[in-house]
Amino acid sequence: MWKWFHMLASPPHFYRIAGLTIPWFGWPALVLILVGLYGGLVLAPADYQQGDGFRIFYVHVPSAIMSMMVYGIMATAAAIGLIWRMKLAHAVAAASAPIGAWFTFCALATGSLWGKPMWGTWWEWDARLTSELILLFLYLGYIALRSSIEDPQRADRASAVLALVGVINLPIIHYSVVWWNSLHQGSTMFNPGAMSIEMKWPALSMLFGFMLYYGAVLFVRLRAEVIRRERNAAWLRQELAL
Amino acid sequence: MTPRRKRMLAVAAIVIGVGAATAVALQAMNENIMYFYSPSQISAGEAPAGRAFRLGGLVSAGSVERTPGSIEVRFTVTDNARSIPVSYSGLLPDLFREGQGVIAHGRLDDAGVFKADEVLAKHDENYMPPEVAESLHTPTAAGGAS
Repeated sequence: MWKWFHMLASPPHFYRIAGLTIPWFGWPALVLILVGLYGGLVLAPADYQQGDGFRIFYVHVPSAIMSMMVYGIMATAAAIGLIWRMKLAHAVAAASAPIGAWFTFCALATGSLWGKPMWGTWWEWDARLTSELILLFLYLGYIALRSSIEDPQRADRASAVLALVGVINLPIIHYSVVWWNSLHQGSTMFNPGAMSIEMKWPALSMLFGFMLYYGAVLFVRLRAEVIRRERNAAWLRQELAL
Repeated sequence: MTPRRKRMLAVAAIVIGVGAATAVALQAMNENIMYFYSPSQISAGEAPAGRAFRLGGLVSAGSVERTPGSIEVRFTVTDNARSIPVSYSGLLPDLFREGQGVIAHGRLDDAGVFKADEVLAKHDENYMPPEVAESLHTPTAAGGAS
């Protein structure tokens, strides 16, 4: 296992493996998202209270789940990078941050669009909404901190500590609707019976599509990072000359 | 202790330390994070007196009265244990209806009526097609489920 670990960490190897992996993530992601969109916007029945307005669910909920999952992966990678001094792990964390920030932004924006007609407000300082906004600031803070430190090793370490500190926000977001009275409703996806299967499967398809999309974009960004770090290496010149 | 173990402990210390500090802070701010108070909490005197707060619960069935020729509306909010009368004049959100969750912002007057200046609808986590909702409300199919 350690041998595999080290091989993966060697830039030429990683560059090639990542290149081979991207289509295996990208194409299924496209198919799952298209199927999920068709299922959610066309096949799924309208809701008994909200009518067609509930369909923003199919973008909002998968984005919100991804916003937290990506942060979890980012913080885990940061911890691995700190403990085992593994550059690739730090690169995974750094490459994840902008993707996670966009998922968070999508979750907040779609939630706000839904909130105006359904709740009667664009924004409220409710525990769930506020903690999700803090997640966005954590991502942005992480990105800002990295770009403000010139030495890559110091940038890796400082931003990894910030990523770890922010981990506490994940359980707060998830349980905010349980611990406190909130305007935001409880979890639909993690509550069996809250939604019938004919309405739920497109959301699951979207969620898996988003996960694979994240994988594809992550590998594209990691390859770009390898090229940046190894720009003078002989192997890269050979690779690109092919 | 190897340097790697030291780093592992440092990472664990960061996560646990920040977690404990946050737990303590949130515990202290618990009351401020509560977005609304239920009618039972208000009856028990837990709501702040003399300043605006939010009241949350279900609109009691059959309690909505509109004053003809104005946008004034009166209804009671219940949590199935206690209920509080509310008066409001303004626009109501689409999801406002009897039996649905609402959150009203305002203050209690001396007569115990909650004078709301904003009413928001609260949605629950249940989504279903109209046919399913209908069958849940007909006594034969419900089997006590509703």
